[in-house]
Amino acid sequence: MAEALLRRPLDGATVHIPRGQVFIIPDRCKGCDFCIDFCPRDVLVESQTTNTKGYHYPVVAPGKDGECANCQFCTIICPEYAIYTEEAQDSPEANPPLAEVSQ
Amino acid sequence: MAEIAVASHPIDAVLRRDRLPHIWCPGCGIGAVMACYARAILESGIPLDKHICVSGIGCSARVPGYMNLDTYHTTHGRAIPFATGLKLVNPELQVTVFSGDGDLFAIGGNHFIHAARRNIDINVFCVNNFNYGMTGGQAGPTTPMGSFTTTTPYGNVEPPFNLAALAAACGAVFVARWTALHVRQAQEAMQRAMQKKGFAFVEIVAPCPVSFGKSNDIGEGVDEMWMYRKQCVVNDDADVTKIDVTMGKEAELVVGNFLDIERPAYMGYGKEVLGEA
Repeated sequence: MAEALLRRPLDGATVHIPRGQVFIIPDRCKGCDFCIDFCPRDVLVESQTTNTKGYHYPVVAPGKDGECANCQFCTIICPEYAIYTEEAQDSPEANPPLAEVSQ
Repeated sequence: MAEIAVASHPIDAVLRRDRLPHIWCPGCGIGAVMACYARAILESGIPLDKHICVSGIGCSARVPGYMNLDTYHTTHGRAIPFATGLKLVNPELQVTVFSGDGDLFAIGGNHFIHAARRNIDINVFCVNNFNYGMTGGQAGPTTPMGSFTTTTPYGNVEPPFNLAALAAACGAVFVARWTALHVRQAQEAMQRAMQKKGFAFVEIVAPCPVSFGKSNDIGEGVDEMWMYRKQCVVNDDADVTKIDVTMGKEAELVVGNFLDIERPAYMGYGKEVLGEA
């Protein structure tokens, strides 16, 4: 019921919210944290392990699988060219129609 | 969907991969600015063999060494005269000078002024990190007043250049300022500069955590990025004479595409007077 009362855009059913896949080149990373701090969906965290240079590179945070919206901000802010995103294979074509959400 | 480890990046197409990783420190903003330039090149629609990148000396001037284009690493401060010669000899080339604030405005200051005055059809992209990072963090012509560097241990007492105002006053036809955090806007400004006929200047403020951030209580590169996030104000209509970069803890840092005017470029003059060679 609560979901049915949520305001949704009239064209919500046709808006395409992509899902991204994160690709990482671990050995290029120098651990500056730009991608982790400025990810708008907080998808990334530092890795537990280090790369060959001893830096903690970014990885997808536990429980954040499928959260990446492929905005590509990490791709263009990374000063080491060590991370990029592409649209995932199973990216949804559109939001679920309003009727499905309200049930 | 966890992350997938791979070996190459989409912008590797314009990079010399065998030179990576580059020499810049962790937290340095130059890498992000170079990525903007690489993406601007890829999206400019101009063939790669028409793009030329020229630099002088310094950290930012290492960029041509990593770009897989025709690139020139010239003597200190002389990138603009070199680029002027390239453009005059072959006007079809898309000539870009990519260098730092010290190289372009101290050692090469006069060249900048006169290239802007003549309105030579080149792009000048300046990474401004407020000091001479490569040589150990000495004060330069853009070091804000009161800032601590290795040569200003009691705080800088000289007023710095406002690069946007300098470029506009000297006759540049396109003037923009962004930061290493405003990567999309910086890339768009670079693309506009490439399309622009005349002297186009884009200043990109970037963190230098090792030589500037540490001694000025800014912290790591990411802390300076947060500073940009909190203090930057986008205002394309700002009066360029009133937007000095002070790097104060509360001060506004005004960014935007401040100037976009038309003025005859120097390139359009030769054939009318001299005829076809």
